[in-house]
Amino acid sequence: MLTTALRMLLGDRTKCLGLVFGVAFSTLLVCQQMSIFFGLLGRASSVVNDVREADIWVMDPSVKTIDVPFPLRDTVLPRVRGVEGVAWAVPFFKATVQVRTRAGTLENAIILGIDDASLVGVPDAFVLGSVDDLAMPDSIAINPAGFRLLFPGQELDLGRELELNDRRARIVAIVDAAPAFAANTTIYTRYSLATTYTNNGRNQLSFVLAKASDPDRSAEVAARIADETELKAISSAQLRWESIMYVLENTGIPVSFGTVVALGAIIGVAIVGLTFNQFIMENLKQYAALKAIGLRNSRLLTMTLTQALFIGVIGYGIGLGAAATFFSTAAKRSDALRGFYLLPEVAIGVAILAVTIVFASTIISMRRVLVVDPATVFRG
Amino acid sequence: MDALRDPASTRPQASAPPAVRCVGVEKSFGLGDTRVRVLRGTDFVAESGKMNFLVGPSGCGKTTLISVIGAILTCEAGDITVLGEDLRALSNARLADFRLNNLGFIFQQFNLLPALNAEENASLPVVARGASTKHAERVARDLLERLGLEGQTRKMPSQLSGGQQQRVAIARALVHEPSLLICDEPTASLDAASGHTVMELLRDVALEGDRSVIVVTHDNRIFEFADRISYMGDGVITRTETPENGEQS
Repeated sequence: MLTTALRMLLGDRTKCLGLVFGVAFSTLLVCQQMSIFFGLLGRASSVVNDVREADIWVMDPSVKTIDVPFPLRDTVLPRVRGVEGVAWAVPFFKATVQVRTRAGTLENAIILGIDDASLVGVPDAFVLGSVDDLAMPDSIAINPAGFRLLFPGQELDLGRELELNDRRARIVAIVDAAPAFAANTTIYTRYSLATTYTNNGRNQLSFVLAKASDPDRSAEVAARIADETELKAISSAQLRWESIMYVLENTGIPVSFGTVVALGAIIGVAIVGLTFNQFIMENLKQYAALKAIGLRNSRLLTMTLTQALFIGVIGYGIGLGAAATFFSTAAKRSDALRGFYLLPEVAIGVAILAVTIVFASTIISMRRVLVVDPATVFRG
Repeated sequence: MDALRDPASTRPQASAPPAVRCVGVEKSFGLGDTRVRVLRGTDFVAESGKMNFLVGPSGCGKTTLISVIGAILTCEAGDITVLGEDLRALSNARLADFRLNNLGFIFQQFNLLPALNAEENASLPVVARGASTKHAERVARDLLERLGLEGQTRKMPSQLSGGQQQRVAIARALVHEPSLLICDEPTASLDAASGHTVMELLRDVALEGDRSVIVVTHDNRIFEFADRISYMGDGVITRTETPENGEQS
């Protein structure tokens, strides 16, 4: 009888397509929006993610996110180094800077200054050049998205010059840094150079990156640093989470994306609910005939649920496929969308949503099937 | 049909005639001032192996009576025994099983599923009883061919004439070999010739074995097919006659 149920559904192609479209539309919308939302949250902590060597971040106690550092005195660095259990500690500078090319292209960039001696704090993946090239005078590394913004339509290459706060900088490496929240262009350079590019004032040190001698005791060492320096010392994971929470609590992003996701779900329920209800109403006499023949309510319910499940699976599949195609084609070609992926967690969450949409939409219709009077088949 | 679920649980163990016996059956619709008594202590008998016609003016309660006999509606008072089974003692689920295993229905509007072809429509009761689709469709195809639909079995209802659709409905009603066939105005949607053909088929095919047929009709052109005619008026059977010998009661 399940085949019969599906044949009944497929027999009305217009409604079947409408139902599948409803679920597919909701799935695509919610998948896409949630993936971009989580991608943006990932960007909020991308700088933290790219610093792989350190496991403790030291900062001013007022700092709530990686994107808004408060300058520390230079004397903080030796104090952190002197804390028991600290293997090493290096300075880390973070600021925004205006970058201009000779052709006059102007962009905002995030500039990250890493320790001059150890060059700790740069991502591992270099597209061109290497981390050692940053030891050269006026040298900077830039991410591919930033390069393409500053030199539109040109192939990635080295040796080009930029102007940062009236100072010359030369691109010696292309580094595959994760896209940041505040700007698409990310520049890495030595700490000493970075501070001259920005001229932010007397105190320049944004963060101190530290490594515990025993990685298993890094939390204990962080607590000791905080105790002895009266600064905030937390793990990379904590800073990542705090940066994400800062975006969630202080921007309109969650509300904006949440609204779109809710609308996607509501529109899905509306389209699927109304169309499925209309489908059931038009087929009510057929259900009554099946009931008169001798089908129990439980079997009619199973038939209706099968129809709903079929719509859900096909619609979800199409919507998910469309979302995956979007992220694997359009998003890959655009630097603005770089770092946005269709996460498996989103796919699973949306699958649950699709099931909820379909079953919420069919509950009322199912009731009609259950209460239909089989005697109606005798009424011409 | 041997692959089907054993209907012994709901099929009467010893089906003694008459196939249907209603005594003092009452049925009302509505409540309070709007309450209408449709069956007013109706007595009715349908004999086994015969074409039992139930005739009467519109609104006299014919459809309600066959709905009660067909285990689709329950009555409020009286005794109703169908194929030896006391219907008032069965739960809704058991009534559904009773219909599936013992009864066949032919409706005025055919009520075929438009998305299924003739063969699939006719096989529905067999599939519903748990047989494989392949087996059910083979049984249905054989029956449709006996009913004169050779070469039409794969056609959709919309591709068939009214008479052909009614033959599919007859096949659907008979495919699971029910002991009682209930027909509601089977010729009402057909022209005279098609109606006559359908009734001939019903008489030839439906009365096989000891099967009893109840036909509700207004169409006096088909009275010639009746073995027994019960006249109904205002919720009761007013008279019953056997056309062969004109016997009246």
